[in-house]
Amino acid sequence: MATPAGAPRTVVGLEIHVQLLTASKMFCGCAVSFGAPPNTLVCPVCLGLPGALPVLNRRAVDLGLRTALALGCRIHPRSQFHRKNYFYPDLPKNYQISQYEYAGHPPLATGGALEIVTEGARRLVRIRRVHLEEDTGRLVHAEGASGSLVDFNRSGVPLMEIVTEPDLRSPAEAREFLTALRRLLQFAEVSSGRMEEGTLRCDANVSLVGDDGVPGIRTEVKNMNSIRAVERALAYEVARQAEARRRGEAVVQETRHWDERRGVTFGSRSKEEAQDYRYFPEPDLVPLEVDEAWLERVRASLPELPAARRDRLMAAFGLGGADADRLTASPAMARFFEETVAAFPDARVVANWLVGEVAAYLNEHGTEIDAITLTPRRLADLLRLIEDGTLSGRLAKEILVAMIKDDLDAVAVVEARGLRQISDEAALGRIVEEVLAAHPGPVADVRAGKDRALGFLVGQVMKATGGRANPEAVNRLLRERVGS
Amino acid sequence: MPETPFETARGLVAAYRAQRTRPSEAVEAALAQVERHEPRVRAFLHLDAERARTEAAAWDRRYAAGEDTPPLAGVPVALKDNLCTRGAPTTCGSRILEGWRPPYDATVVARLRTAGAILLGKTNLDEFAMGSSTENSAFGPTRNPWDLSRVPGGSSGGSAAAVAAGFVPLALGSDTGGSIRLPAGFCGVVGLKPTYGRVSRYGLVAFASSLDQIGPLARDVEDCALLLDAIAGPDPLDTTSARVPPPQARAALGAAPRGLRVGVVTDAFGAGVAPGVAAAIREALRTLEGLGLAIEEVALPTLEAALPAYYLLAPAEASANLARYDGMRYGLRAAGADLVDTYRQTRRRGFGPEVKRRIMLGTYALSAGYYDAYYLRAQKVRTLVARDFERAFARADVVVMPVAPTPAFAIGERAADPLQMYLADVFTIPVNLAGLPGLALPCGFDGGLPVGLQLIGRPFDEATLLRVGHAYQQATDWHRRRPPVA
Ligand SMILES: [Zn+2]
Repeated sequence: MATPAGAPRTVVGLEIHVQLLTASKMFCGCAVSFGAPPNTLVCPVCLGLPGALPVLNRRAVDLGLRTALALGCRIHPRSQFHRKNYFYPDLPKNYQISQYEYAGHPPLATGGALEIVTEGARRLVRIRRVHLEEDTGRLVHAEGASGSLVDFNRSGVPLMEIVTEPDLRSPAEAREFLTALRRLLQFAEVSSGRMEEGTLRCDANVSLVGDDGVPGIRTEVKNMNSIRAVERALAYEVARQAEARRRGEAVVQETRHWDERRGVTFGSRSKEEAQDYRYFPEPDLVPLEVDEAWLERVRASLPELPAARRDRLMAAFGLGGADADRLTASPAMARFFEETVAAFPDARVVANWLVGEVAAYLNEHGTEIDAITLTPRRLADLLRLIEDGTLSGRLAKEILVAMIKDDLDAVAVVEARGLRQISDEAALGRIVEEVLAAHPGPVADVRAGKDRALGFLVGQVMKATGGRANPEAVNRLLRERVGS
Repeated sequence: MPETPFETARGLVAAYRAQRTRPSEAVEAALAQVERHEPRVRAFLHLDAERARTEAAAWDRRYAAGEDTPPLAGVPVALKDNLCTRGAPTTCGSRILEGWRPPYDATVVARLRTAGAILLGKTNLDEFAMGSSTENSAFGPTRNPWDLSRVPGGSSGGSAAAVAAGFVPLALGSDTGGSIRLPAGFCGVVGLKPTYGRVSRYGLVAFASSLDQIGPLARDVEDCALLLDAIAGPDPLDTTSARVPPPQARAALGAAPRGLRVGVVTDAFGAGVAPGVAAAIREALRTLEGLGLAIEEVALPTLEAALPAYYLLAPAEASANLARYDGMRYGLRAAGADLVDTYRQTRRRGFGPEVKRRIMLGTYALSAGYYDAYYLRAQKVRTLVARDFERAFARADVVVMPVAPTPAFAIGERAADPLQMYLADVFTIPVNLAGLPGLALPCGFDGGLPVGLQLIGRPFDEATLLRVGHAYQQATDWHRRRPPVA
């Protein structure tokens, strides 16, 4: 990317934690579910009770393998779990079962890459590794209670960690990467990928490299709860490090937390002890062996990935690249598109409405296509009402919003609001006569060949009908009566 | 007419089935024996007489009705107190777990209940099974029924003493570096450490997960086989439990071991082995020869390296396994000024000195900069030990060593010298490192104290060990001797 001469280059690497879409936890049979009362989804294993032993959830491995395949990683036929030792009250065993990487002990998968589009160009961001681990519990600061409480419902929930090489060159690239990764994870049905709900979490390592090529000190930024927050936090951190560099001050190697409200990062401790996690192979789990047959099963079950889906939509429905991109922004959107087309076969019209009006609504309300009341059938019904002339396009836009807000079918909104389009020529003719009588000036202008005046008269008819007049019919009637 | 407290488990079951006695009578006999001798032996940490009586009465009725009963129905059994028992105390001999009652049964406990055993109580042990004498229990030592001034061995000293003293015919122990075989040897009973993976570890409070194995203690080999059959076999809750069919050990005892080759480890008769122990082992070998077994010499060149390797690997795993005792969720919690201080005070007060020593050793061995020199190197030794045994098993079907270099030592004698204490396990530790089955059985006396013979087998070949041991016991009567205390 364009860097002013002498300005330091930005180097960003990401560590992404992905909560896997499994019904049960990583090492026990407890259900994975969001919002259950505290400590109701627990057992001796995920509470780390003495004597309890972990049993690996093979479904979680399936999802890890799916991701590794989708990222083109090298999958290791034999990988190992390790214990990562540290004390914290949310960690019931005071060690976390994870996969560490060292000689002879590969994680689930290494290598691989994900393509991003940045400033119009395609670029590969290298993936260092993909590994599996268990989540911790959650500290709860209860109202009126002294100290903290711990909710272990999340303890042992399956996590996948994806680590990139430090290949990202700007906060915007980090955003692009996360967007592309989330999309991949959603299409692969590996994770819901919602940063706001914590099913996707991202820490970022950021440093600056001077034009002398000497890398600067790296900081790790945490506590970002949306892709946008990652971009903002990185932008702040890059500026902070650049400023320090300009002033000749040292950047401290530390973990910094993003404060969303104040829009700043802050260091938690000035002097950080290097943590020694004393990793060693987890003796309670036999090594994880992934043979060709297992891989083949996972390969066969891999859902259509975003790139393939995009190409197929373009080929099957004659869509342009930009529309196809937007329709494959999420699997829910792609599914919505295809289901709507099944009920209303004019794919271009469906695409226009989805990337236009529907996307605008989603944007404005900060929501997702699968979180609103609109269904493919409802949208198809609405489009049919436009096609048969019952509704004008402008009216249909209002109706769409009402349908979503009130959880109604298009016909129900039309009937409830009396919004059916007026195409009856006799009725329209009376209104046209009234408008012509009330505006002799513009009528004269039209006769004098000024088409803009015709537009004014159309507008007056629409105003008089509350926008329900069929615009084509109004145009024709006006021209006939004015005699232009 | 109550049975003698020294009846075997299979003898009891046969007597119940023939209606010569009832489980209630056997339980009363056991409780009477406990009442007489427990104040001096102190084998138990918890005893549930009421529950035992209730369960016995239920079995009485089923035997009286002539119903089909499972193999251990109505047999009193003792459990080492590091096996989780639902709703009943499980302390691991530690203050830090005082008062904790697990919400679940260990797999072996569930299997014993299914087999009809009456769980009489929980037995004393070195804290978290770390020790060779049962002196490291936070609740005081157990004494050897053969000589109350001596240790019963450890860490399953309570279980071995309970069997030796006639409290129960059967008990379960756990063996990480010799913790079943050493006390069996010291107390003159039979103890089996099964192959790693033979018995589920689910519900065994972990000391060193890659070495721990639950196993039976009994008065003779046949009862030992009976108990192994009740607890062995794969368990979906323990992925390190092997997917191999159960041993059917008792059924294998019938075949005479004639023609099998016995490999004598020559390195195990060197300095440090008491002459009386060496003599008893040699005598046992002559007996085996007389039974038609061929005696071979085999070498275990890594024998000396096994002990230091073990004292890196086992503490390393223990340092992680014992991290969970932090006062946050169960067990002891000492008040501290803040979180870290609470951890510190809880662990300072909750753990005894040997446990602290091993946590420190293990933490050190895993630390950055030391991992390769200690942990990794010890793992390499472990591999070499396993290879030594593989070579030995090319020449022999069973490998023989003493259980320990000496008979039971005096209480307090080695308490101040951990290295001396650790030497008691020099012949048992290699077997854990290699994951092999090892059987300890009485083979004589040295100065009035029992001497243990150790038979070591190929992986999952408990049947051969038990066959040889059983044939040996048909030809000898060491296992029929009773300690003076009882
Ligand atoms: Zn659980």
